[in-house]
Amino acid sequence: MTKSNAASSFLVVGERTNITGSPKFAKALKAGDWDACLAIAKQQVESGANVLDINVDEALVEGEATMTKFLNLIAAEPDICRVPIMLDSSKWSVLEAGLRCIQGKGIVNSISLKDGEAEFLRRAKLLRRYGAAAVVMAFDEQGQAATRDEKVRICTRAYRLLVDRAGFPAEDIIFDPNILTVATGIEEHNNYAVDFFEATKLIKDTLPHAKVSGGVSNVSFSFRGNNPVREAMHTAFLYFAIRAGLDMAIVNAGMLGVYDEIDPALRELVDDVLLNRRSDSTERLVKFADDLKAQQGGASKTELKEDLAWRNAPVESRLSHALVKGIDQFVEADTEEARANTAKYLRPLNIIEGPLMDGMRIVGDLFGAGKMFLPQVVKSARVMKRSVAYLTPFMEEEKRLHIAGGGTAKPNGRVLMATVKGDVHDIGKNIVGVVLACNNYDVTDLGVMVPADKILAKAREIGADVVGLSGLITPSLDEMVHVAKEMTRQGFTVPLLIGGATTSPAHTAVKVAPEYAPGVIHVLDASRVVNVVSALLSAEQKPKFMAETVGKQEKQRVEFAERRNKRPLLTLAEARVRKQHFDWTVVDIPRPEFFGTKVFSTEAAGGLSLSDIVAYIDWGPFFSAWELHGRYPDILKDEVVGTEATKLFNDGQQLLARIVSEELFTAKAVIAFWPANADGDSIELYSDEARSRVLASFHCLRQQLAKPEDQFNHSLADYLAPKDSGRLDYIGGFAVTAGHGVEEFAAGFRAKHDDYNAIMAQALGDRLAEALAELMHKKARDFCGYGKTENLEVMDIIREKYRGVRPAPGYPACPDHTEKPTLFSLLDATAATGITLTESNAMSPASSVSGMYFNHPDSKYFAVGKLGKDQIEDYAARKKISVAEAEKWLGPYLDY
Amino acid sequence: MNGSSIATPPPASPLAALFAQRIAVLDGAMGSMIQTYKLREADFRGERFKAHPHDLQGNNDLLSLTRPDVIEKIHGDYFAAGADMVETNTFNSTSISQADYKLEPLVRDLNLAAVGCARRAADAATKKFGRRCFVAGAIGPLNRTLSMSPDVNRPDYRAVTWEQVVTAYTEQINALLDGGVDALLVETIFDTLNAKAALFAIETIFDARGDAARVPVMISVTITDASGRTLSGQTVAAFFNSVRHANPFSVGINCALGGAAMRPYVEELASIANCYVTCYPNAGLPNAFGGYDESPADMAKVLGEFASSGFVNLVGGCCGSTPAHIAAIAEAVRGKKPHVIPSAEPAMQLSGLEPLRVA
Repeated sequence: MTKSNAASSFLVVGERTNITGSPKFAKALKAGDWDACLAIAKQQVESGANVLDINVDEALVEGEATMTKFLNLIAAEPDICRVPIMLDSSKWSVLEAGLRCIQGKGIVNSISLKDGEAEFLRRAKLLRRYGAAAVVMAFDEQGQAATRDEKVRICTRAYRLLVDRAGFPAEDIIFDPNILTVATGIEEHNNYAVDFFEATKLIKDTLPHAKVSGGVSNVSFSFRGNNPVREAMHTAFLYFAIRAGLDMAIVNAGMLGVYDEIDPALRELVDDVLLNRRSDSTERLVKFADDLKAQQGGASKTELKEDLAWRNAPVESRLSHALVKGIDQFVEADTEEARANTAKYLRPLNIIEGPLMDGMRIVGDLFGAGKMFLPQVVKSARVMKRSVAYLTPFMEEEKRLHIAGGGTAKPNGRVLMATVKGDVHDIGKNIVGVVLACNNYDVTDLGVMVPADKILAKAREIGADVVGLSGLITPSLDEMVHVAKEMTRQGFTVPLLIGGATTSPAHTAVKVAPEYAPGVIHVLDASRVVNVVSALLSAEQKPKFMAETVGKQEKQRVEFAERRNKRPLLTLAEARVRKQHFDWTVVDIPRPEFFGTKVFSTEAAGGLSLSDIVAYIDWGPFFSAWELHGRYPDILKDEVVGTEATKLFNDGQQLLARIVSEELFTAKAVIAFWPANADGDSIELYSDEARSRVLASFHCLRQQLAKPEDQFNHSLADYLAPKDSGRLDYIGGFAVTAGHGVEEFAAGFRAKHDDYNAIMAQALGDRLAEALAELMHKKARDFCGYGKTENLEVMDIIREKYRGVRPAPGYPACPDHTEKPTLFSLLDATAATGITLTESNAMSPASSVSGMYFNHPDSKYFAVGKLGKDQIEDYAARKKISVAEAEKWLGPYLDY
Repeated sequence: MNGSSIATPPPASPLAALFAQRIAVLDGAMGSMIQTYKLREADFRGERFKAHPHDLQGNNDLLSLTRPDVIEKIHGDYFAAGADMVETNTFNSTSISQADYKLEPLVRDLNLAAVGCARRAADAATKKFGRRCFVAGAIGPLNRTLSMSPDVNRPDYRAVTWEQVVTAYTEQINALLDGGVDALLVETIFDTLNAKAALFAIETIFDARGDAARVPVMISVTITDASGRTLSGQTVAAFFNSVRHANPFSVGINCALGGAAMRPYVEELASIANCYVTCYPNAGLPNAFGGYDESPADMAKVLGEFASSGFVNLVGGCCGSTPAHIAAIAEAVRGKKPHVIPSAEPAMQLSGLEPLRVA
């Protein structure tokens, strides 16, 4: 019996939030029990009220302030304020106070001609400006209209004034032709219901677009205390009024009945009264009512029960439900139930970290998916806070006992938190604060909208060990960067934590961390914060934790830089126009001392020696192979990894000495030079300086990324004189290995379960191969002449301070591994060095390097980067392979 | 004054003529363009505020006074790119927003100077390009809201009152009108109650100044998240019901979402609004770094499609858009038919967070 049987367009205006109609609401409001007031409002909406009538007119209530406060509270309750508000007051100032609080379009109840035309028009014009519909009472300077004709006359006059004089939209006019009490025993009252029905019909027929409303409970005022009769009267009244054209009515939304379901005997009596069908209808209904009352002890049979099925679920589900729905009615009891279960929740904190955080995670997910919106989330946060507030004394008691039991009172550390300037959101931050406080951190929370200088002054004042910033909206990201810069400028050294919905590990790494060297850490949610803070405040853990964080952030910066590179590419034609141009008439082109190949080996007399190669070892990558990051030799003294690095280095040196003295590895190399010229983005290699025959071609790729004006779109081919430049140029090639013997040597260690030395052997093999490549490059430069005068220390050579480059196929400047077979065949590399190519064109043994030599004075290493489809098609055509084949080998570089 | 003329836009408005004829083009972001000038504290201060006791960098609206050359140039660039209308650099030019910089007494000067920059650029562009170029007085959302509490524990608390908001907007609007704007644009609305206060102020001023002073009132809301609601929780239809009493010349959506994500809401507005429809999205969703990724071609594609679908009468760009974006957008809507305002039976249209139509 909770649904109206009325036409679907009929509007139910919930009346229980009307102080004059609801004793329960009156009591709650006067007692300042806002939660109870909100519960009544919510019950009306849940019972189907389309509009909520709010009336706080009472002698002891300060109308304007109360209306404002209640409406502001309702604005935070999305389950209530989803419906329009009807502001109901006999005082204009209260109505106006209400209009200043509602963002929706509401209805003002009411205005009338009681105070004359001028005031009526003034108010109408203001309503127009505030944007509200208006209930217009059938009331004029002479008083309230009771009969049909008076009602219609006053309403018609008001209509004309509103539409013609105030420009008020007719569709925003709602007439209330006064529902007056019937069955009072006074004869002239007997026709009041009929007058209303007939007036309604006439108004609807003669005043276009105007609506009719009424306060239904008035009609049954004679039967106060007898709810079954009152409900039947309301139901029947509405039935007739709606048929006459009533558009809406102010009723108890939870008490709407169905006309056909009224007890037929009662219905007959009620109809008689409402339709004024018999002279004794009043007495008959009164008698019936008295009998009924005696029978039922006056109890109402239609008490509404909220759907409380969820209350039967386990306490964890109830807490979660309460958080998601924002219901704080039971949260304290449920929290207590969980707390009392010490078998399950040893400490109050376990409840926060368990069921409460779980519930908030659901809220976060729903919010993220657009299934909850902000006002609901704010409500959830309130429930959360309430539960936490309940647990707080227990946690304080726990702390007290801990101290009494000899535990330390000293907090684990001082944490300062704030939501940054410009942002008012603090849900996540509050939870973080609670979790930290529960873990015995001394938390100072500066609240929301806190400017940088205030945060930092406070941090200094309390001697914060950690500063935490929170924010939900995008501009907060910039503000966090600003705070980080300020911390640097003011010389702070404590770690900075970043959290909140729009923050991300990536943003922290790229934008915030670079501004503040002592450390910026992104904290995903409250569940991680204790681990993070305890690591940061532990002398033992901090170095490792920070090293990891900094490592991850560096990686994110690299990934970001790569993603940024995914900018629109130039077409291949545009990129070619932007190549680096050289004046080939003046470029120094050294002529090599020999053409064709030269082979070197540690096995041949007068050839290579391992000890010569050792001098060219670049030790930096040796440490990376062991996942220790840092620059050699500084890394040996690094406060975090120094000890480990030094031990590793010493072990490596020892094993290396053994490899050299016992000649455990064999190094082999082949280098070669050929006359060559660039042919577009390819390089032609010739059999001789007369260019009588093309031996082969290297096919190069060109950068297509849009670049600043002063930079070029490079291709390796640009470093060779073009065919049409009139000059002959030269290119070199090489393949070197130090890998023969490495696998056997490593296998020996492995057989003895000595993985450490097995990996060490391989790492040294790799270092030796790279060193050999460096050594051979030095020889190659000498063969070209300019190397003989370059005058560089070995350390400078390792740092590649010489002229020329030796890019390797499969590496950034020429990423296609399929150039290797061409190179190998030209060098006859397998015969010369024993290196073979696998089907994926990897070199075996692994400790091998191959590539090309370029001598151009301006040549440098670069990364080709992303490639457009146009270049892939061009490249495939040059190489005479299918586009699909080219795409397969260059997969990671494709921009499409 | 006769009440029947309340909130009626001037009949012979040249802007109305433009909108009836074709899809108009609004400018793009001011902030993004200002950033390209790499201005420093000294630029923001100029001579006049050399000794001002508060940092001024970042107060973009102040540049209308201290670097009018920059602001006028940006407006000019947008007209050159094809914009029919630019917004004055007054998004934060109210006493409430300027309080952050302790520049409350400057509000009138800021607005007058901003209109001056835009007016000069518009008049020059009108002369140069032979099409009438318009200036809309931009009225931003304020940094304090009337519908929401900044304090979770005190949901009834408000950081500002209706009277304060109306007073602040009144000062700004008077200055914008005195400066000579062609329209008023209440924009980036995330709290409808703030917008209602602005509209209240506008109507009060029009009423006091007389019908000749009326200019078209344009309204643009911001849908902040995937739920399709304003930050204050209203659906698009609920929002329109809250502001339709102002008889807006146009209503639309701008800012927070990228164009593609706005589509269902622009479509909805076009189907329910009894006025012109506008759309000027950001250049995509803000990425993790607060920047915007959509290229001119991306934005033009989305807005061009809106135009083809008959949703819009004016398009442009918000955060992250540039003259290149506007040029592409103008090209994309060229020749496409403007949205036709649907006719509807009068009905009482109420709203809470959700709309309620009572026919």
